[in-house]
Amino acid sequence: MRQRFDLLVVGGGPAGIAAAAWAAESGQRIGIVDDNATLGGQIWRGESEAGSEVSGWIGRLRSSGVSVLRGRVFHQPEPCVLLAESDDRLQELSYKKLILATGARERFLPFPGWTLPNVMGVGGLQAMVKCGLPIRGKRVVVAGTGPLLLAAAAYLRQHGAEIPIICEQASWANLARFGMALLSVPDKIIQGLQLKKELAGTKFSASSWPIAASGRATTESVTISRSGKLETIPCDYLACGFHLVPNIELSLLLGCQIQNGFVQVDDFQRTTVSEVFCAGEPTGIGGVELSLVEGEVAGLAAAGRLVEASSLFGRREKLRRFARSLDRTFRLRSELRNLPSAETIVCRCEDVRYSHLRDHAGWRAAKLQTRCGMGPCQGRICGPATQFLFAWNPDSVRPPIFPVCVESLAGLIGDSRQELCEAKGGR
Amino acid sequence: MSSQVTVTVNGAPIVVPSGTTVAVAMAMAGQACRTSVGGEPRGPLCGMGICFECRVAVNGKPHRPGCQILCEQGMELRTNE
Repeated sequence: MRQRFDLLVVGGGPAGIAAAAWAAESGQRIGIVDDNATLGGQIWRGESEAGSEVSGWIGRLRSSGVSVLRGRVFHQPEPCVLLAESDDRLQELSYKKLILATGARERFLPFPGWTLPNVMGVGGLQAMVKCGLPIRGKRVVVAGTGPLLLAAAAYLRQHGAEIPIICEQASWANLARFGMALLSVPDKIIQGLQLKKELAGTKFSASSWPIAASGRATTESVTISRSGKLETIPCDYLACGFHLVPNIELSLLLGCQIQNGFVQVDDFQRTTVSEVFCAGEPTGIGGVELSLVEGEVAGLAAAGRLVEASSLFGRREKLRRFARSLDRTFRLRSELRNLPSAETIVCRCEDVRYSHLRDHAGWRAAKLQTRCGMGPCQGRICGPATQFLFAWNPDSVRPPIFPVCVESLAGLIGDSRQELCEAKGGR
Repeated sequence: MSSQVTVTVNGAPIVVPSGTTVAVAMAMAGQACRTSVGGEPRGPLCGMGICFECRVAVNGKPHRPGCQILCEQGMELRTNE
């Protein structure tokens, strides 16, 4: 069954919501598709206190007449048609214009013990707690880099976790310069002060990072390098992430030009594919405010309201300057390349170890000879890691860009789809 | 809608608040979501449907993304082998 839209938005986070909400005013037929149970993306995650900015945006979207669809987009079988899978069902979505708002994921770096249960991403553990994981009374070491460390630590503490330490790999010198950059964005100062209050008494250490996680069946302790000294801290969880990397797989599939790892867009958020726009983290990691304004520009531009779109350029530029300061502050230090031992697993899907990877010439050779990046995540976790460790460049994607059911793939062949589903009775 | 649901994790029943994801139910039951190709127990990493470490067999269907599926009354969850 094909659903037809004038404008389709992929991704229900801040950028996608803002884009769809603005574009909806045009009276066109608009759809927004996301693979999660709730709107809001990873940052908002369906949480909306009445009267908040989040509930304002989500309310505006809900009352705008936009069709909200659940599904994971995995293929473009023909121009201006995407395939999405949900609960093992196939959806065909056609569009005249498309806005990609596919967000970002955490960057993970391998170190001994990082595959133990209860070593999770910083945003990853926060997401699990939002989905019901009891954290009260648990000891959580928070480590890695980026502003998410403080926000997640504050959230976990509010929910009863004990945070023995926050380890930030960036130096105090870098953090101090970042503090100066914050002064240019008043909202960020208020957020910073709020976090400072919520984290009062929590130990924060710069130039610090995890060396190893240990435990028998699950995480029992973490060894950190703290300003050059090793220290072992007993804990129940290690929340560890090294800032964010953009989700650009769908943009790559559609043939959009990528520049320095991000989707290239013009002033109106238009990609190099004329009917495709892109907004939010895939065009540069900049946080929720920048994602919102980029989404607004994309939504207005896609609806042909270019003058209104251009009135937002000033605010967007200011937030982009802030985004560039994020990059500088949280750039990974070279010592982190020494974290894996020979035995450390780098590709978690296929259990490929560091020693089996380091001598390969590049990503493609490693894939062919070790199966690195060939598992269900399709290199989304080990790709950014090997990019940092070995300067490899994961260069292309192939459909399906997510693992899908055989039945959904069979749908591509056409008429036999229904029969096959019935014959197989499931996956 | 009931505020709690009962699911089974590797055969043992566990009561969880409604709205709990499959990945969280596995963690609450103290069970690994999957066994890696090298035989290691694995649990969730990214929490947002990217890494597939939390894939679980749900009602007999293997490789379901545990962090993106909500628990339903009577659901049978098994560590993905």
